[in-house]
Amino acid sequence: MAKVTNKTDKKKADKPVLTAKTPDLKRLNPYGDIMGDGTIQLAFTLPVEPSPEAREAAIKICEGLGLQQVKLATMEKAADGFSFFVIYGNVTKTIDFTKIHVVKVESKKRSRYEIDEIIKTEIGRKLKVIGACTGFDAHTVGIDAIINMKGFAGDYGLERYQGLDAKNLGAQVQNDELLDIAVKEKADAILVSKVVTQHNIHLKDFKDLIARAKKRGLRDKLILVAGGPRVTHPMALECGFDAGFGVGTKPSDVASYIVDEFIKRRDKENKKKLSGEKKKTIKAKK
Amino acid sequence: MAELHLDTTKILRCRDIAEKISKPIESLIETHTTVAIERATLRLLGVNGASVQNGQWFPDCNLIVDELAKTGRLGEGILPSFVAKMLETKMTAYELGQSIAKGKIQLLSPTKSGVNVSPVEIKRKASELCSNAKQNLIDAREKRDLLRKKVQDPFDPAGRNGPLLYVIVATGNIYDDVTQARAAAQAGADAIAVIRSTAQSLLDYIPHGATTEGFGGTYATQENFRIMREALDDESEKLGRYIRLTNYCSGLCMPEIAALGALERLDFLLNDAMYGILFRDINMQRTLIDQHFSRRIIALSKIVIHTGEDNYLTTADAIENGHQVLASQFINERFALNATMTQDLMGLGHAQEMSPEHTNVFLLEIARAQMTRQIFPKSPIKFMPPTRYKCGDIFYSHLMDAMFNFVGVLTGQTIQLLGMATEAMHTPLLQDRWMSIKNAKYIFNGAKDLGKDIEYKRGGMIDQWAAKVLDDTLAHLEMIAKKGLMRAIEERAFAEVSRTEQGGKGFKGVVKKTADYLNPFFEIL
Repeated sequence: MAKVTNKTDKKKADKPVLTAKTPDLKRLNPYGDIMGDGTIQLAFTLPVEPSPEAREAAIKICEGLGLQQVKLATMEKAADGFSFFVIYGNVTKTIDFTKIHVVKVESKKRSRYEIDEIIKTEIGRKLKVIGACTGFDAHTVGIDAIINMKGFAGDYGLERYQGLDAKNLGAQVQNDELLDIAVKEKADAILVSKVVTQHNIHLKDFKDLIARAKKRGLRDKLILVAGGPRVTHPMALECGFDAGFGVGTKPSDVASYIVDEFIKRRDKENKKKLSGEKKKTIKAKK
Repeated sequence: MAELHLDTTKILRCRDIAEKISKPIESLIETHTTVAIERATLRLLGVNGASVQNGQWFPDCNLIVDELAKTGRLGEGILPSFVAKMLETKMTAYELGQSIAKGKIQLLSPTKSGVNVSPVEIKRKASELCSNAKQNLIDAREKRDLLRKKVQDPFDPAGRNGPLLYVIVATGNIYDDVTQARAAAQAGADAIAVIRSTAQSLLDYIPHGATTEGFGGTYATQENFRIMREALDDESEKLGRYIRLTNYCSGLCMPEIAALGALERLDFLLNDAMYGILFRDINMQRTLIDQHFSRRIIALSKIVIHTGEDNYLTTADAIENGHQVLASQFINERFALNATMTQDLMGLGHAQEMSPEHTNVFLLEIARAQMTRQIFPKSPIKFMPPTRYKCGDIFYSHLMDAMFNFVGVLTGQTIQLLGMATEAMHTPLLQDRWMSIKNAKYIFNGAKDLGKDIEYKRGGMIDQWAAKVLDDTLAHLEMIAKKGLMRAIEERAFAEVSRTEQGGKGFKGVVKKTADYLNPFFEIL
């Protein structure tokens, strides 16, 4: 935090030191320009003409949300029978930040070189990754950003990785078709991207893929990753995926996760085998 | 207008090569028909009914064409058998369509005796039906043009009136779309595009009736067209300003959408010779043959098409591949000319999609927008907003749209598809559209004549970039001409996408015309 002190004050120890307030993490709330002020801004439309009554209605709605000192910045006529509002208000609700727990994708942040190196030294073969935008969704911007050579925000796509054999199937791939290709290509991981979310079609399609994978006995053989602007990790887990990536995800985030998950599963498998062999040898001794 | 110093001989050379590229495709177009062309033919004759099949409305024209296709006789066209049955039953095309769909009449059953269905009589009747159908299209066009004259019409293909404000509606429900469209028109929009449900381009039939559910958009149906046009007619009259309607003439039903769009007085249709191939994996031959017939209808109805080159740079690097856009525009222009369209009907599309963090990115944008304007001076250039680098920061996004609007007004673009601050989040809310219209009106008005009051420095950065893009375009077209269009597409000439001549959806619907193929529309449209 910036301190509002100067050196002469410091020398005079008897005088109180003036500083800006630091955030109270036990009672966190929004910040405008004074710590703890709780300022938020919001914009919305009401399906009525602008009028003093419409103004009052907008303020009342905000008060109903628990806002205090509601300030109506503007009320505009957006069309016949529609008014648009920009409003400021202060939130009284506080949150204990120290008690917040979020389920996150557990994976290290690594560069492309680091990831390729791990694959080379610890896995010793290329990992096969298949990506698609499924169902009727034709918006490939997400899967393109992750897989295509070019990548996203200066982070190269999975096609560029020496340790990955990545294939982008593009738009409107049906779930069964995707699984067929995954089997044929012996995929280690499948990336599914969904952009359209009307009527929760993305969730339906995600769940459908998992159901089909289970039916075909493929579920545990694949690392299944969901992605899209409205996708979160907990949501992906709920749909039965192994991980979910949302807005701003870079290809290296996904690659790093795939490598970690692959090694984790392999080690677990090896342990199982090892303990199985041990049991066998114990049995044999008996 | 301030002009770049482009090498006009290179531009002429590009046009010559585009013509050369189109030649072999033209003979493919002439010798083939498709299920979609035959269905469009029936629709123009009035076969626009539907029947319930497995609990869903299914168009009569699909059932009829499928019945003929099953026998392997589609190469003769749908008209000989259909018109013979019309002569025999004395039914209208609509009535016969319904009767065949309901199974009351068999399309290919033997003709009753005592009825003259000689080939000469069939030919005469077919000509008469097609002439009447053509008159229907002309009547619809004239009705549309009458309203344009009655109220004020801000559209000038060459862009001299400043960019037209074009926005999208996409609620999935045609009635909610109407509410949003009316609000947009009242806020200042000049053109409304109803976005289609995301799956529709791959349906090999057009859904029927008014629809209230869609994904990422609303189904294009004849009834939805009519409902929206009626609302916009009303709004045009109220506002004293003509509001244009746009829909998608692409996908597997391209010729049929052209027919329905023409009948329902649409103003703009998104229609591209190659978009379906590249971005929807529709078969090359199917798309190239279909686009021709659809454009013949469009030419007669004087609908302005919008080409889809803006999409190229969402998949390919936007700074390095600007020439692909220009090369495709030359090819689209040539295919449209071949389908008897005039340049004032060719809304050639483009977008920038360059990284906003690239230094001097606006100089590159101005270069590309200005050269597009100059190279196609008579055409209504359509400028598409940034999408690729849009994110959830709606405030930054709004600023990107403002700069896009600035480039649009400076370079005299004809149709400006307004960007939405919430582009990366959801289909536009009423307030998103209102904000974006306010943004555009402010900038279009404030910088109205800037383009007339400046000059581009000869050999400056903008001039040089335009020259480089033109050089790259010429080289790209030469490469395509050498390989042939189809092989070039296979080898990723556009958008880093590869397609094959016999791959993709809808290839089964392409048939070679037989010697006795009958379809008078090919002569009279």
